[in-house]
Amino acid sequence: MIKAKDLVKDFGLRRAVNGVSFEVEKGTVLGFLGPNGAGKTTTIRMVAGFLPPTEGSILVKGIDVARDPVAAQKSIGYMPETTPLYEDMTVSGFLRFLAEVRGFRGTERNNRVDYAIERCFLQPVRNQTVDTLSKGYRQRTCLAQTLLHDPDILLLDEPTEGLDPNQKQVVREMIKEMAAERVVMLSTHVLEEVEAICTRAIIISAGKVVADDTPAALKERSSKYNAVTLSAEGKEIVPTLEKLPNIGKVQSLENGKIVAFPKTGKSIAADILGAAQRHKWKVSDIKVDEGRLDDVFRQITTTEDTKKKEVA
Amino acid sequence: MNESVSHVLAVAKREWRAYFDSPVAYVFIIIFLMLAGFFTFSLAQFYEARQADLNGFFQWHPWLYMILVPAVAMRLWAEERRSGTIELLFTVSVTPLQALLGKFAAAWLFMLLALALTFTVPLTAVYLGSPDMGAIWSGYLGSGLLAGAYVAAGMFTSALTRNQVISFILAVVIGLFLILAGYPPVTDLLARWAPMWFVDGVASFSFMPHYEALQRGVIDLRDLVYFASVMIFMLFATQVVLKNKVGR
Repeated sequence: MIKAKDLVKDFGLRRAVNGVSFEVEKGTVLGFLGPNGAGKTTTIRMVAGFLPPTEGSILVKGIDVARDPVAAQKSIGYMPETTPLYEDMTVSGFLRFLAEVRGFRGTERNNRVDYAIERCFLQPVRNQTVDTLSKGYRQRTCLAQTLLHDPDILLLDEPTEGLDPNQKQVVREMIKEMAAERVVMLSTHVLEEVEAICTRAIIISAGKVVADDTPAALKERSSKYNAVTLSAEGKEIVPTLEKLPNIGKVQSLENGKIVAFPKTGKSIAADILGAAQRHKWKVSDIKVDEGRLDDVFRQITTTEDTKKKEVA
Repeated sequence: MNESVSHVLAVAKREWRAYFDSPVAYVFIIIFLMLAGFFTFSLAQFYEARQADLNGFFQWHPWLYMILVPAVAMRLWAEERRSGTIELLFTVSVTPLQALLGKFAAAWLFMLLALALTFTVPLTAVYLGSPDMGAIWSGYLGSGLLAGAYVAAGMFTSALTRNQVISFILAVVIGLFLILAGYPPVTDLLARWAPMWFVDGVASFSFMPHYEALQRGVIDLRDLVYFASVMIFMLFATQVVLKNKVGR
């Protein structure tokens, strides 16, 4: 439903986005990751039709966004990063205005507004003016606005930024529910969020796509993926482990635990348990690491940064 | 209903309500009426003049508008840009042209409402004597058009900046220029060094000859065209600025 090709965006002399391409199909929750200033917001703004790309093209359901933003925006619900709202309006007044802009009148308009209010749990504040809302309600009011016209595509720029853990959970559940029949593209730098709700993650760094995969596959790129942490008593544990064929590196930690890293693509938990039995070690705890997204994120984005510096 | 029209109406309705949801509308209308009354009855000595016409009333409007209209228009775009709502507005299938027409309509209607509330002044004149009703109607027409031209100029300066104070000051300066462009002190100053065609060109920008003609009861198509073209030019300039700032 979204097809972005070779997007480039320059602001004066600064190139914010440098050749980003991706395609997203229905049912996908795409997480857009990257360090601050990597070009996430700029890319989303271009997809939303707010900024025209300097080069490249975006098709939303076959419509060229730069050429006909008005038509493309009909199937897009967009929540900007800053959650802008008209401060002097009430929550329901604000939603009524946007429903009218989206072309709904009378009962239809009121039904749409009621639906969005219910969906985003805004009943307690529906008659409050926006400038009296807490951060969480502001966020949800801005999210509610994206649902009024039942769009096929939701673009959410940092939808859970600044929320407390309970509110984050609520918003994530809502996004998951909405995703089934739609495309959701969200930007975030909270990695747990990607694991929790995204079916696909794109990492961008310095305006370029540096990784595009499922969160699980990305985690496998972690150096800690399938590493085993062991608490055991016995003789010569470290030297024995180092001799095992699939193990790449063994470290002793200060708290007495031992961490064994596998060679790439190998699984070593069974080997270690076998060795423990043979040598009669007393194993009190063993844990297999699933790999952590933030390690991968750091690996990928920092190498990109250093590469860039070297070139410069 | 046509989609573009409905976008314009939705934006206009929101702006209209924004005036009345805050104290702005009430403060503005009260001050406007008080000043209009003060100028008419105290400065222009409406009663003492013993003339049943409204020249003393209408002649102050350009100055009143110069200060007050920028206050009504300054938030139109500056506020949207400062609070970021412009990003919302331009990603929900509304075009810059539709949005600016809606905002212009709301602000102008608001000014017309304030102007309409001065109806007690002509009523007083009618009660005390028998004024030329034609001149009163055409005076109101001129004042309404003048307000529209000021609103358009104020909206233009509002689009230029996210700072409402700067918007206000720029709008006052433009208003001052449009009032004074034809006055002898200004034209004389220019005439010292500029060629005559240039002086005449600058002088012809002035509101005043067009406004004064309407005040006298002369409805000339050329004066109406003048006000319409000032408004259209300012709206067009606003659109150019918005397209530049927003990037489309």
